[in-house]
Amino acid sequence: MNERKSRFSSLSGIEIHRLYGPDDLKNWSPDRDLGRPGEFPYTRGIYPTMYRGRLWTMRQFAGFGTAEDTNRRFRYLLEHGQTGLSVAFDMPALMGLDADDPLARGEVGRCGVSISSLADMERLFDGIPLDQVTTSMTINGPAPVLFAMYLAVAEKQGIPFEKLGGTLQNDILKEYIAQKEWLFPPAPSLRLVTDVVAYCADRVPKWHPISISGYHIREAGSTAVQELAFTLYDGLTYVEAAVKAGLPVDRFAPRLSFFFNVHNDFFEEIAKFRAARRLWAREMERRYQPRDPRSLQLRCHAQTAGCSLTAQQPMNNVVRTTIQALAAVLGGTQSLHTNSMDETLALPTEEAVRLALRTQQIIAEESEVTNTVDPLGGSYYVETLTNQLEEEAQEYFRRLDAMGGMVAAIEQGFPQREILEASQRYQREIERRERVIVGVNGYVEQEERPIPILKIDPEVERLQVTRLAELRKARDPFKMAGAVASLQEAVAGGENIMPPLIEAVKAQATLGEICAALKEVLGTYREPVVL
Amino acid sequence: MTVTSPLRILIGKVGLDGHDRGVKLIARALRDAGMEVIYTGLHQTPEQVVSTAIQEDVDAIGLSVLSGAHMTLFRRVLELLKEQGADDIVVFGGGIVPNEDVLALKEAGVKALFGPGTPLEDIVRFVKELPRSR
Amino acid sequence: MANDLNGAPALAKRVREGQVRAVARLITLLERRTPEGHDALRLLQEDRPRSMVVGVTGYPGAGKSTVIDQLVAAYRRLGHRVGVLAIDMSSPVTGGALLGDRIRMQRQAMDPHVYIRSLATRGHQGGLAAVTSEAVLVLEAAGYDMILIETVGVGQGEVEIVKMAPTVVAVVAPGLGDEVQAMKAGLLEVAHIIVVNKGDHPEADRTVRELRDWHRTVLRVTATTGEGIPELIAAIAEHQRLCDLETVTTRGHPEDSAVMRG
Ligand SMILES: Nc1nc2c(ncn2[C@@H]2O[C@H](COP(=O)(O)OP(=O)(O)O)[C@@H](O)[C@H]2O)c(=O)[nH]1
Ligand SMILES: [Mg+2]
Repeated sequence: MNERKSRFSSLSGIEIHRLYGPDDLKNWSPDRDLGRPGEFPYTRGIYPTMYRGRLWTMRQFAGFGTAEDTNRRFRYLLEHGQTGLSVAFDMPALMGLDADDPLARGEVGRCGVSISSLADMERLFDGIPLDQVTTSMTINGPAPVLFAMYLAVAEKQGIPFEKLGGTLQNDILKEYIAQKEWLFPPAPSLRLVTDVVAYCADRVPKWHPISISGYHIREAGSTAVQELAFTLYDGLTYVEAAVKAGLPVDRFAPRLSFFFNVHNDFFEEIAKFRAARRLWAREMERRYQPRDPRSLQLRCHAQTAGCSLTAQQPMNNVVRTTIQALAAVLGGTQSLHTNSMDETLALPTEEAVRLALRTQQIIAEESEVTNTVDPLGGSYYVETLTNQLEEEAQEYFRRLDAMGGMVAAIEQGFPQREILEASQRYQREIERRERVIVGVNGYVEQEERPIPILKIDPEVERLQVTRLAELRKARDPFKMAGAVASLQEAVAGGENIMPPLIEAVKAQATLGEICAALKEVLGTYREPVVL
Repeated sequence: MTVTSPLRILIGKVGLDGHDRGVKLIARALRDAGMEVIYTGLHQTPEQVVSTAIQEDVDAIGLSVLSGAHMTLFRRVLELLKEQGADDIVVFGGGIVPNEDVLALKEAGVKALFGPGTPLEDIVRFVKELPRSR
Repeated sequence: MANDLNGAPALAKRVREGQVRAVARLITLLERRTPEGHDALRLLQEDRPRSMVVGVTGYPGAGKSTVIDQLVAAYRRLGHRVGVLAIDMSSPVTGGALLGDRIRMQRQAMDPHVYIRSLATRGHQGGLAAVTSEAVLVLEAAGYDMILIETVGVGQGEVEIVKMAPTVVAVVAPGLGDEVQAMKAGLLEVAHIIVVNKGDHPEADRTVRELRDWHRTVLRVTATTGEGIPELIAAIAEHQRLCDLETVTTRGHPEDSAVMRG
């Protein structure tokens, strides 16, 4: 029979057959490999009723300009039915630099909100009672510092830490692997992550101290298998570090959460979510035998793939995002961010953000896909893909184990190289038109119609610089310096970083000052060269 | 006897963000097209870029900026090249740059800006066809 | 602007003044084998100051670039002006090259007393670029009194470096086992100093011990932190002093090889 291509393959390069049937699932056992929703190995979902019980959280990432600008966007989103806040920080904040650092020139408030001090954080959440929202903070290298600022804001609002809900991304391993925004070397960074995990277990029990992220790994050009494998292995690395630090697994594992990308290959993505839950449950069971079943459950947030969006014919991005969002829902995600159509061009406009949110609402309210749990369970194709993704991820696990774990692998450049090779393969396929991207290498339009984009006022930088200068003048310099010195001492002495950090931010030490002081104690990192 | 020699191109990533997938793919593509690519890695300042370009005597500088700081960073690179009498070095770039900024930067002297989704072969062709004045 | 650099005498003069653009351009002209480049070089060869030249060799990934970065920093503290020639392989098929040694040295990029040049082999065998020896002369003339050369580091046949540098440092990473044996007959044989880098690696001690049975000067270094760099600086100085004592007037391998065979 004639077919359009000699070989059909998934977006990740897995060969796809014409038809799947019972033969493909010969070694597959519904009891062992599928189970019931809410039960081990959680392939069908972590809750028995899934979206019949409760819809996913619709969480749009937002942040730009000054804290006031973002505060206004937050209030807008809350008024339009969003159920959780998600903070995007600007590049200087992500790198632990103050807005007035020479390296921050031109970057203040551009990719997110500019936060350099506790005062900025107070402005960001002005009028938003922190016990009535959940907040997700996308921050990694300097995560403990921004978290300390958030806690200090809560304290000022008179809200006990026990009532705070939210997520700190705080996933440093994927920074070395993919996103390349780190402050310290891997080993001390891993220790800071563990400090936050321990502190939350103790003091902020409703908080998710890490969001173990595959999103950025995928954005860097990985395959779905690599995203799955490296992310879960990162998760196991954090668990191991915390257990080694003396925390019983059931004290913190129920609060771990994951963050995946959702790309265009509809079925492969659905299978990825299912394989992730099963693989996590199995590995956690095998390695740690937790008593609390929640320690085995992989909870996740998902975001549609930014890297799949095109600058050409940007309206098409709405369609891509819809397909991806539907895959995340059929995959059983707990929360979802849908990208706005203009995100390859600039930060999204309010209009574009609303459309992205509406996309989720239409899936939730109109498509009726939420009526039953794991509607694709038992599909020959989806189950086969789920098996294949799990097996290939396990193969990566074996290689990483043999290398001595993720930190050693990162230092050898292993995951970095695997991802670079995958992204080059993908690029080649596009250039050879083995894959068609509508509007890019097929169905191209000569006349592009521009869409409105959001502009960041360069005044933001000037304003932030002025504010910092004023803050440095107004604060008590001795109190600030004393707090920073105690922080350095505590960190050098191996104490948990959080308590002295909260004192330092309350003494108005800035983000940049604190991170510079920490670098003195913890060192800096140069990545292995992978070309 | 004079021999023709490969073009020398500096490829680097300016700005604070760490998204280096694109620059690495471009560096590989230019190498595969027979050029000598000096890759400087992440987080380069305009000062470092220009100083490196001069030491390495490159024909062109290709910079990737994805963090939105393109106006500041490209302008500074051009300014420094001029100050050091090295404005015969071609500057091109890639990244997320809105149309009106593209116009402004081209006016300022950036030879070309490649948006997201540009085929690598287009970039290679652009570099190959640079006038060999030097 | 390029025209200012034209004319061999003007170019030679500007190199002598240490003007970076002129240094860089002259190396390019020599790579292209232009008559103008050769004329300028001839002018510069007369009463040119002599520099210390150190070759750094070793397999890819051993840490040559990182060691050089540390050496540059250390020599700068000692007041030297430092030139670095970092050589990488050209593709025999396309002629292209990806020159990435600088990544490890970019913190030096803004220092006006450091000059770093990446060179591709352009088909030349032996671990160096054909222009290397001429580039050394240019750097000497420009007043870089300490010159460090990073070889390609593909192993066998890297012997050319000994003709160019009186002191050759071979960098090895710990725990290579069989590879070390192979290197003894190649890279390590010509080395005056062996650096076991990545001293933070658990196997480092063992590798140091194994090599000490065989070679006179084996140092343990952690290039990422700078540990062992002062000792390396001292060993290089000691070796260069030995060379001077032996009044090695031409650049060449000292009669007394540092290798104790057996
Ligand atoms: N752990 C450790 N890694 C090192 C050390 N020195 C270099 N490296 C790493 O080894 C890799 C290769 O180093 P590089 O200097 O580029 O090696 P070259 O290819 O020989 O020039 C890089 O990722 C370095 O960061 C060291 O002392 N300890
Ligand atoms: Mg090197």
